[in-house]
Amino acid sequence: MKILVAVKRVIDYNARIRVKADKTGVDTTGVRMSMNPFCEIAVEESVRLKEKKLAEEVIAVSVGPKQCQDTLRTALAMGADRAVHVQGGESLQPLSVAQVLKQIVNKTEARMVMLGKQAIDDDCNQTGQILAGLLNWPQATFASQVVLSEDRKSASVTREVDGGLQRLRISLPAVVTTDLRLNEPRYTTLPNIMKAKRKAIEQWSMSDLGVDEASAVETLQVQEPPKKAGGVMVKSVAELVAKLRNEAKVI
Amino acid sequence: MLLRRTAPGVVGRLARGLSGGRPPRDDKFARVTQEDVQYFREALGAGGRLVTDREGLQAFNRDWLGNFEGATSVAVCPTSTQQVSKVLSYCNERCLAVVPQGGNTGLVGGSVPVHDEVVLSTSAMDNIISFDEVSGILNCQSGCILQALDTYLAERGHTMPLDLGAKGSCQIGGNVSTNAGGVRLLRYGSLHGSVLGLEVVLANGEVLDLWQSLRKDNTGYDLKQLFIGAEGTLGIVTGMSLLCPARPTSVQVSFLSCKSFPDVLHIFRLAKQHLGEVLSAVEFLDRESLVTALEHMPGIRNPLPDGTSPFYMLVETSGSSETHDKNKVEEFLAEVMSAGLLVDGALAQDTSQASNMWRVREGVTEALVRRGKVYKYDVSLPLAEMYALVEEMRERLPGDSIRVVGYGHVGDGNLHLNISDARGKERQEVREAIEPFVYEWTRERRGSISAEHGLGLMKAECIRYSKPEAAVRIMGAVKKMLDPKGILNPYKVLPRDVVHEGC
Repeated sequence: MKILVAVKRVIDYNARIRVKADKTGVDTTGVRMSMNPFCEIAVEESVRLKEKKLAEEVIAVSVGPKQCQDTLRTALAMGADRAVHVQGGESLQPLSVAQVLKQIVNKTEARMVMLGKQAIDDDCNQTGQILAGLLNWPQATFASQVVLSEDRKSASVTREVDGGLQRLRISLPAVVTTDLRLNEPRYTTLPNIMKAKRKAIEQWSMSDLGVDEASAVETLQVQEPPKKAGGVMVKSVAELVAKLRNEAKVI
Repeated sequence: MLLRRTAPGVVGRLARGLSGGRPPRDDKFARVTQEDVQYFREALGAGGRLVTDREGLQAFNRDWLGNFEGATSVAVCPTSTQQVSKVLSYCNERCLAVVPQGGNTGLVGGSVPVHDEVVLSTSAMDNIISFDEVSGILNCQSGCILQALDTYLAERGHTMPLDLGAKGSCQIGGNVSTNAGGVRLLRYGSLHGSVLGLEVVLANGEVLDLWQSLRKDNTGYDLKQLFIGAEGTLGIVTGMSLLCPARPTSVQVSFLSCKSFPDVLHIFRLAKQHLGEVLSAVEFLDRESLVTALEHMPGIRNPLPDGTSPFYMLVETSGSSETHDKNKVEEFLAEVMSAGLLVDGALAQDTSQASNMWRVREGVTEALVRRGKVYKYDVSLPLAEMYALVEEMRERLPGDSIRVVGYGHVGDGNLHLNISDARGKERQEVREAIEPFVYEWTRERRGSISAEHGLGLMKAECIRYSKPEAAVRIMGAVKKMLDPKGILNPYKVLPRDVVHEGC
């Protein structure tokens, strides 16, 4: 069975970010980039399934500009067998990415697609769900545990939901999106990093796949959230009530 | 955890130049009275804090390791240099001994009272005064916490020129007074170079203004160097000017394992060759250190799948170009691998992984404290011999609850030798198996018995292992000149026979 894992290159989780002066977006010059943490978890889970001999091949794919190849190299170093780079613009919308992934699924005959539940730059949480819709496949999102059946025809997925944990049984092929507690990704060790450097990354373009890059969404403005005012100590209950009534206007 | 010794035992240990002894109270010093406390209260005014209750004083009386505990009855926390000056001037008049204290993270008992010395804490003097983003010059009070300063600088594209495990609690005044080293000395040099100016309050309350912010100034003797590393015995640092480097935008961290200490040194040499100007840290830890950290620190993970190699290293680069640095590091790692020097290695793929790798190295210190009693030594040795000391110590000490670990700044020739005893209490037979052997061994190789931790109380009688008599005498003369009554941090740093008597 082949597993397709989608990975996204985003601003590093710990990097300090600033909004550009013209408010068109976040300033990424000189900022450290790395693989989206949820995508990393997806790669780790896929590689583990292969190590458990429940899958034969893990194919990593990334859609975007040339630098995506760095992210793909990380995926290869973690244990992915193949890497596919689909050349595209900087801020692709989930719909476009899902359409690309659908084409790749068809071309590679993958029976499972693993994605991070959301990217930490746009927090969309849409790509997996849209893809499942386009493919007409079952989906299990926010997975904190994935157990594949021996015959690879179904999976039992535990999901993290607001009320607690939900367990689903889905038939394969299927789309799974990963949540934080699914696993702890491995470090990439040197022999694997060296091997990954030597592997070829397959190059495709969005037009090759018949996907229109134009987006139906236009970003009008990006701005920083308002600075939080400092906390205020009140000296009496009367003062507290007055503030709640007159300033916070909650009573 | 009081370190009690009978008087003859103390004299015996001190006479033999050993640590672990506690000198008797020097009765030339007055005892704190209610009038004194009242004076301090008025001198501090509305802003400063005064602590006199027993529970509140515990934090001031006891050191981080729990090895040293004094019995002060008052801790003073001024907010300004003027208040420090007033307090010190008064103490000098009254002949009251004073212990300057910052974050109290020192490891040689230099930051806590031995007896009833007044604690003068800089904790409330935590203002950042100014920062020039072009020159990178930071002006601040001495009570600023190191990590707070680094966070402030990070937002302005700069970084502190030093970094150590205690960064969340240690204060820059204490760092300067102890000439703290840390993990980035390899790259940014010591505080002797980064400190451009100081404001120091002398024992008699006089404020010595050496507070300049000039990169170059060759006018006369460079007095500030005396206070850097004097451990609060020559004056109290209240403010400073620091030269801060630009913050690197690309940090690459790798965690390596190898088979022998000579391999560690070989890797270090190759790191200097291949990584050159972007190399920012080279640390090593032995397997026992790694195991201790993994056993006692929650949330720490071994970056390498296999934990049986005898040695581990952390190599960090800091530069301005991600692609350039990553390529350099990958080339270096390929070279080291093909030379057969590596058992395995991992390269951090994002900042979370990089922090985790650092947490392994930095976690050893706290893990040792959690495991039980720690006999802690910090020596500078010729590189080739660094680990031999650990091996010999392992042979000298019985197994069972004792674990000998070695780790440290191999890039600086600085070994942190720690003997950990899970049994938890100081044992004389263990201490005697370690000392004076460790000091004599170091002296024979012309090393330093305290690379970066300082002398404090623990090694106050040990300076002669690493400094010639003439130097010690001159230090005594300087101490006498700057603090004639000897009220600043008594019993510490210099041997008693050198420090001037008389009030």
